Amino acid sequence: MQDDAAQNQTLLGADELVLNMGPQHPSTHGVLRVKLKLDGERVRGTECVIGYLHRGVEKIAENRSYQQFAPYVDRMDYVAAVSNGLGYCEAVEKLLNVEAPPRAKVIRTIMTELQRIASHLIWLGTHALDIGALTPLFYCLREREEILKIFEKYCGARLTTHAFRIGGLQYEAYDSFEKDVERFCKDFERRIQEYVDLLTGNSIWIGRTRNVGVLSAEDCIALGASGPVLRASGVKWDLRKAQPYAAYEQYKFEIPVGTNGDTYDRYMVRMEEMRQSRLICLQAIENIPAGPIMGKVGKVLKPPVGEIYHSIEAPKGILGYYIVSDGTTQPYRVRIRPPSFINLQALDKMARGHLVADVVAIIGTLDIVLGEVDR
Amino acid sequence: MNPTVHPVLAFLQAWWVELVCGVVIVAVVPLIAGYLVLMERKLMADMQARLGPMRVGPHGLLQPIADAVKLLIKEDIIPDHADKMIFWLAPVASMTAALTAMGGIAFGPSFLVARDINVGLLFVVGVSSMGLLGIMLGGWASNSHYSIMGALRSTAQLVSYETAGGLALISGLLLAGTLKIRAIVDAQQHFGVWFVFLAPVALFIYLIASIAETNRAPFDLPEAESELVAGYMTEFSGFRWALYFLGEYTNMIVVGAVATTLFLGGWLRPFPNVRWMNWLDAVPALFTAAVGVYCVYRAGKQPVRVQIWFMWGVALTCFAAALILGLPLLVAPMKFMMPGLNGAFWFLLKISAYIYLFMWVRFTLPRYRFDQLMHLGWYILIPLAIVNVLAVGIAMILESEYGWNRWLAMLLTTVITLATAILLLYLNDKRAAASSTAAPPEEPSAEDSYAG
Repeated sequence: MQDDAAQNQTLLGADELVLNMGPQHPSTHGVLRVKLKLDGERVRGTECVIGYLHRGVEKIAENRSYQQFAPYVDRMDYVAAVSNGLGYCEAVEKLLNVEAPPRAKVIRTIMTELQRIASHLIWLGTHALDIGALTPLFYCLREREEILKIFEKYCGARLTTHAFRIGGLQYEAYDSFEKDVERFCKDFERRIQEYVDLLTGNSIWIGRTRNVGVLSAEDCIALGASGPVLRASGVKWDLRKAQPYAAYEQYKFEIPVGTNGDTYDRYMVRMEEMRQSRLICLQAIENIPAGPIMGKVGKVLKPPVGEIYHSIEAPKGILGYYIVSDGTTQPYRVRIRPPSFINLQALDKMARGHLVADVVAIIGTLDIVLGEVDR
Repeated sequence: MNPTVHPVLAFLQAWWVELVCGVVIVAVVPLIAGYLVLMERKLMADMQARLGPMRVGPHGLLQPIADAVKLLIKEDIIPDHADKMIFWLAPVASMTAALTAMGGIAFGPSFLVARDINVGLLFVVGVSSMGLLGIMLGGWASNSHYSIMGALRSTAQLVSYETAGGLALISGLLLAGTLKIRAIVDAQQHFGVWFVFLAPVALFIYLIASIAETNRAPFDLPEAESELVAGYMTEFSGFRWALYFLGEYTNMIVVGAVATTLFLGGWLRPFPNVRWMNWLDAVPALFTAAVGVYCVYRAGKQPVRVQIWFMWGVALTCFAAALILGLPLLVAPMKFMMPGLNGAFWFLLKISAYIYLFMWVRFTLPRYRFDQLMHLGWYILIPLAIVNVLAVGIAMILESEYGWNRWLAMLLTTVITLATAILLLYLNDKRAAASSTAAPPEEPSAEDSYAG
C-alpha cells in the first residue's frame, strides 16, 4: 500500500481523470457502473456503483409462499437458473426435513452440471470478447444452445427454467434425455479443443491475462471470494466435495486449482471445470436410479419455526440461502449469499495499478451477473 | 474567346484527367468500401458458424446500400459542449485524406488513377497518414473522456507504427530505386522477381504496421469496443460516423495497394519474365469462368427462386468478365488490351488477398493492451525495420560494388534480419519477465504508456 502523498501524485502532475464506465457500456456485463480514477491509462482506484437491477427479490420472498418464490430465484443469476433453483429447493427441503428421492437427485445433478457448462460457456465467450477475440463467443453460444435445447425438452423453458420443485421434480426425464446428454458430452470434448486452440496457447491471450488481476489465497479468503476465483488462487475448496449435496458424492471428479491467482489461472480452472462437469454428466447418465421423482411433501408447505442455511457450489461460487421460518406458509426472511456480489468486491484490489484494458478483463474474469449482484 | 472564361478553360484543359478521376473516386470508392464491409461481415459470419446479413436483398447483397440510407437519414447529434466547427470538420478530414491517397495509386499499367507523380508512393503514404488529424480532432472536439482516450491512443499508435511501416517501405524502395508507382513495378519486372522474395521481412513489418495504421484488430485499441465503447467515434452518429468508417475502409484499400505495388509485384503476374509460364496469362479468364460455372452449379441447389435468378445473374456477369479478359488472348488485333486487363485483375486479386488476411487476423486474435502494443512497436518492429534497411542497403552494395550474386546477398539479409528478430523477441521476453516479477500490480510503474 502506498502512502497518501504518493497516492495523489500522478505521473505528469496532472489531475486524475475520472472515467465513468457504465451502467451502459459494452463490457460491464449488464448494468454495472464503475467509476475509474485514472492517471493516463493507469487505474488509480475503482468504485463500483451497483443497484441498477435491484428488484427486491429477498423482500418479495416474504410475501410469497415457499413454492411461489421458487421461480424468482431463477431471475437472480439468469445464466445459471438451474443452479439457483437447486440451492433454493434443497434449502427449503432442509427446513422441512424432507429429502428428494434418489432419482430426482441424480437428474438434478445432471441438469446442474449442464448448467455449469452453459454458464462457463457464456463466461468464456464474453470474457474473450472483452479481450478482443470475436470468434469464441459464437462457438460458445453454439454449444450452449445444445444445453438449452435439453432444458427446453425437459421443462419447456430455456433460460429461467424453474426446473426443480421443493421435494423433487415435477417432470419425469423425457425419453431420449440420456441420449441427448450423452451426445452433447461426446461432442463437447471436441468442441472444447476449439477454444483451447484459439486461446490457450495464444501469446496475445497469455499476455493479456497472465499476471493480470492477481488475487492471493489470503486476499480471496479475506474478501470471501469463492468458486473458480478462489480455486485459481490455489485453495482447493469446492462444496461439491466439502459438503456434498444432491448426488455428488457418488461421482468421481477432480477439483482444478490454479497457482498464481491471475486471470489466466482462472481461465484454466474454468476450462477444466467444464471438462470435469462433462465427466460427471457422463457418469450420472450411466445409471439413473428408477423410482419416484417427488418426495413426501404436502400441497401446502408449512415448515416448523426455525432457521436454516444451505449453500451449494454454483458456477460462479458459493450460493447460500438463509431462510427463517415463522411457521406460516411464507418465509419470515430469506437472505441470499450471491457469489457474484461477493466476488465483485475483489475488483478494486485486482484492478489497482493496471491499465483500463485490464479492468474489462478483470470484470470478465470475475464472471459476475448483475441480476445476482443487485437481486 | 471571353477573357473571364479563358483561364477556367485552360485550367480544365490541363487538369481534366485528374478532375474526372477525382469524381470517379468520390463516386465509386464509398460503394466499394460499403461492399468491403459486407464482405467482412460475411467472412466473419462464415468463420463464426453463422450466416451474416441475409435480409436485405439476396444474401444480404443490398445491405451496404440500406446501411448508407439509414445513416443518411439518421438524426444528426452534436453533443452540447462539443467544439462544433471541429466536430464538423474532423470526419471530413479523415475521409478526404483517405480518398486523396487513392488518387496516387495505379491499378494497372493502363489504369493510373490520377497521375503518375514522381513522388508517388511518398504521396500516398503521406496523405493517408493525414487521416490521423481527423481522428485526433474528432476525439478532441467530442468533449468526452472515451473519445479523448481513443484519440490519444490513436495518435501514439500511428506515430509509432508509421515509423516502422515507413522504414519497411524504405527497404523496398532501396531495391526499386524510385518512388514512382509505375517505375516501382517496372523495377520488379526488371529484377524478374517480386520484392517480397528479396525482402520478406520488410513486407512482414509493413503488414503488421499497416494493420496498426488502419486501426484494425488486434491493434484496434483506439476504437476498442469493449474498453472505450467506440473510442474517438463514440460521440459521432449518422453520416459523420459513416465518413469515419469510409475513411477507415478506404485506408485498408490504400495500404493494400501500397503493399501490392511495392512488395507483391503490382499488376505483374507470377513469374512475369518466364516464357514457358505464359499460360498464366489465361488464368484471369479461366478463373472468372470457373467462378461462373460454379455459380451455375450452385444455382440449381438454391431453395428460393430469387436466389436462383441471382446466382444466374452472377454467373452471367462472370462469363462476361471472362469473355472480356479472354478475348485479347484469342483475337490478335485486341492483344494490346491484355496487359491492362490482366494487370488490373492481378492487382485487385492481390489487394483482395491482403485485405482478406487483415480480416482473418481480426476474427482470430485477441486485442493487444496499450503497453504491449507500444512495446511491440518500439522494442521489436522499429529496431527490426532499421536492421532490415541497413542489411538491404549493405546487400545492394555487395552486389553492385563487389559483384556478389543478388540472391546470395539478399538471402544473407533475410537471415541477418531474422536472427535480429529472434534476438529482439528473446530480449523482450526477458524484459517482460523481469518487469512482471519486479513490479507488483499495486505500485504503478513510472512508465508513461503514451510516451514515445
